[in-house]
Amino acid sequence: MLAGSAAIFALVMLLLLIAYRRTPAPRQSEHRQERFWLHGLGLAFPLITLAALLIYGLVLGETLLPKANENVVTVRAEARQWSWSFGYADAAGLRTQGVLHIPAGRPVDVEITSLDVVHSFWAPRLAGKLDAIPGQVNVLRIEAAEPGEYHGVGAEFSGPGYSGDAFTVIAHDPAGWDAFLRRAQQ
Amino acid sequence: MNALARHRALSRIWSSEPGWRGVISTVNHSDIGRMFLLVATLFFLIGGVLAMLIRTQLATPRSAFVAPAIYDQIFTMHGTVMMFLFAIPLFEGAAVYLLPKLLGTRDLAYPRLSAYGFWCYVFGGLMLVFALLAGLAPDSGWFMYPPLSSSAHSPGVNADFWLIGVTFVEVSAIAAAVEICVSILKFRAPGMSLDLMPIFAWYALVTALMILMGFPPLILGSILLELERAFGLPFFESALGGSPLLWQHLFWLFGHPEVYIIFLPAAGVISTVLPVMARTTLLGYRWVVAAAVALAFLSFGLWVHHMFATGIPHMGLAFFSAASTLVAVPTGIQIFAWLGTLWKGQPRLTLPMLYIIGFFFTFVIGGLTGVMVAIVPFDWQAHDTAFVTAHLHYVLFGGFVFPMLAGLYYWLPQLTGRKRFFRIGEMAFWLIFLGFNGAFLAMHWVGLLGQRRRIAWYPVDAGWTAINLFSSISSFVMAIGVAMVVFDIALHALLAIRGSRNPWGAGTLEWAMPTPPAAYNFASIPIVGDREPLARDPALANKIARGEYFLGEPRGDSRETLTVDAASGRPEALVIFPGNSTLPITLAAATGAAFLAALIRAYWIVPLALLLVVGISLRWGWSQHAAAYHGIQNVGRATLLPQAIETDRSPGWWGSAFLLGADAVLYGSLFFGYAFLWTVGPNWPPPQWLSLSVLELAFGLIGAAVAAIDLHAAARAASRSASLWRELLIAFAGAAMTIAALAMALTRAAQLTDYAYGATIFVMIAYALIHAAIAAIMICSLAYRTLRGGAAPPRTSNVNIVRLWTDYAAFVAATSLIATQFSSYLT
Repeated sequence: MLAGSAAIFALVMLLLLIAYRRTPAPRQSEHRQERFWLHGLGLAFPLITLAALLIYGLVLGETLLPKANENVVTVRAEARQWSWSFGYADAAGLRTQGVLHIPAGRPVDVEITSLDVVHSFWAPRLAGKLDAIPGQVNVLRIEAAEPGEYHGVGAEFSGPGYSGDAFTVIAHDPAGWDAFLRRAQQ
Repeated sequence: MNALARHRALSRIWSSEPGWRGVISTVNHSDIGRMFLLVATLFFLIGGVLAMLIRTQLATPRSAFVAPAIYDQIFTMHGTVMMFLFAIPLFEGAAVYLLPKLLGTRDLAYPRLSAYGFWCYVFGGLMLVFALLAGLAPDSGWFMYPPLSSSAHSPGVNADFWLIGVTFVEVSAIAAAVEICVSILKFRAPGMSLDLMPIFAWYALVTALMILMGFPPLILGSILLELERAFGLPFFESALGGSPLLWQHLFWLFGHPEVYIIFLPAAGVISTVLPVMARTTLLGYRWVVAAAVALAFLSFGLWVHHMFATGIPHMGLAFFSAASTLVAVPTGIQIFAWLGTLWKGQPRLTLPMLYIIGFFFTFVIGGLTGVMVAIVPFDWQAHDTAFVTAHLHYVLFGGFVFPMLAGLYYWLPQLTGRKRFFRIGEMAFWLIFLGFNGAFLAMHWVGLLGQRRRIAWYPVDAGWTAINLFSSISSFVMAIGVAMVVFDIALHALLAIRGSRNPWGAGTLEWAMPTPPAAYNFASIPIVGDREPLARDPALANKIARGEYFLGEPRGDSRETLTVDAASGRPEALVIFPGNSTLPITLAAATGAAFLAALIRAYWIVPLALLLVVGISLRWGWSQHAAAYHGIQNVGRATLLPQAIETDRSPGWWGSAFLLGADAVLYGSLFFGYAFLWTVGPNWPPPQWLSLSVLELAFGLIGAAVAAIDLHAAARAASRSASLWRELLIAFAGAAMTIAALAMALTRAAQLTDYAYGATIFVMIAYALIHAAIAAIMICSLAYRTLRGGAAPPRTSNVNIVRLWTDYAAFVAATSLIATQFSSYLT
């Protein structure tokens, strides 16, 4: 996307530069100029590039969508001004504050909602962002490839405490995940 | 009469009063336009200072420059000021100043309305400036998402300043938009068909139509949110059947078209200035017009791309993603039409052209990053980061400020009659250009590294320090450049030497007059047969001054101009404009009193102020019709035309039609909200429905039908010059019946307003009631004039205007009664 954009940008700048550098050609008919500049560069060129880009984006978006999968772990994220509280389908009654525990290498569905204003759940290295809206539950599919700690933030402006509104996602290996759930049940 | 005598006579008729009184009583479009431009520039500087404060805060990590509570006010007001108090008013000012001169006429359609809009803008702007200085400024972001902006989470008066102040300013935008539409369609030089209009007029027409379509959803949203904050009507409260997403839809239904409302006038400036700088004509005029129209249509279909992260179903995302990328096509057509124009001609490297090159550089980058964020997976990451801040500044600064600076330097000789003497402008350009790109190119990068928008501080170890510092320093370089432009313009206005009349060799009519322009613009109204009349006939200016065309002989004290057939430009009627008046500023002050009373919650003052508004409006309407003469008039060149107010469809009728169009969009948005809560809102259905009342329904519908039918009869009677008395009496009775029925329904709906459903139908019925009351007042006013007869008997055109409003009120009463009374049966 970046390379394509750079190429288009360079093309426009080049056309602009040449307009100043060249000696004007012998008078072409206005109609022919319109055909080149408007039908060709103005209409056909963006239609073709944009169609390609759009299809690419939709296909990619489709692969990012949550698919039914037996291996899925479901967790719940509740946002408020300015903290995050997490619950776990596999350990009823367990809540963690500011830290979300997930298994690494398995798809995780995060059910996101808010208790007060609009927030947004964003763990940049795990997935894109999805809003936490009061009265509504949005589901985001995330997956951590490796065990470890991942940084997360609230990503919709939510008032004076917004800048420091952060949380941590800890991805466990299978043994660690079992241990976490077991510890919770005690 | 020679040219000098004609100039003196016309100047006496058209000039505003001397001194300060002239400022408050002028209705002349050149004055109002200059005042608009000046005030908009002041707000640009205020918004710029706020931007500098933001960059100071972010220059270092863990900044303690201002506390988050103040910082939130600063960035909220930066966005609000730049969008509502700078960009839109600057367009209005440019259009108000330029359009009559480009179109070859003497003033805009409603001179007093221009003044009213200006004063509403000033008073509304002052409210927001006061909030800023008092530390009470809005602090929930310029997008004001509830519940953050609801009373539970923003208890102070801050959010009310936004909702009420911005709505007040929008009154001025709607007024200007109505005026621009009617002026472009009806007030042109004879012979100027739509196809021969200067390209800027096309852009202004499309922009004004977009304002009429785009602003009502936001006005409605602001009214609903203020009702929720002040009286607890829970439109956006999910626990009570509302939805916070309803606000987001209404806001972005306005907010995305807003971007194109800002870009299109700038594109109009480029399409005007660039061909002149290339010593040629615009390549593909019709393609460019079609592209602007297409852009307007598409821009209403992609508001959801601001909500990609709100959990919208994926099919919906695909549709809006496609629409968002498609919008790049008409933009591309315009870019390549401009490049083709440069290739076609022999471009010069003047100062306006320098700014246009700056536009190409920044806007193309902004457009390309725009396509990136239109791709959903990318947006899920980039959304609400500094990347988006950078993108929107490339689009808005590159797409609006650079072209407007080009326009400023292009039209400056026209505005002042002087030529540039000091060469500060070039230096300022390079500071602005380099400063801007330094500040915002860096911001793309830090956004991709994960820096969110609107944060007041970031940690030391985030690794963003150097980029932010660079960005802040660059932004200060840009600010110095802007200050130099201001300095340059001030020097120019005070010290520069007199210039020639048409320094750029342009072909449009605003250069076919002495500069600075006289109050009447054209000593006689030219006949146009070409897109560039001045290029075809360089002697045109002298012929105009010699009075060789229409209305070359001033008569009495009348400010005269012509209206034309909208499509062909065939002259249609003679218009006599009202003269200087303090009614506009008085009416704006009364309107402001109503808004201010609502802001300080002194609700008992609101009806008093509104009564004052109605009274002044009636006086306004009546004072227009004491015309000096009647019947067919000779307008010069052996042409006989009727007076516009003696035709069936006067300018007032056209203005009413456009205003009601915007009003209908507001009403439609209300229905959208009703349907949205019904289908998408959580916690629906409500615990209690409004029960069906056959009495209210029958009374309301019959009354509405009677009023509409009898005004139709009144219009026929007026065209026969027969008495209207009986028809008006029956029509009033019908209106009164409808008012009674709606009032009964309203009291019942008022019991249900602690739930979103009840609150929504309450507003629907109240809306219908207000319109029925307006129709009834108008009918009374007609009846009063019939009774008095004498100097101002109602003409067909008056009756037709009232008929239009009554038809609309009847439609609204019928639809809102049906939609609310049967709601319990719809589940």
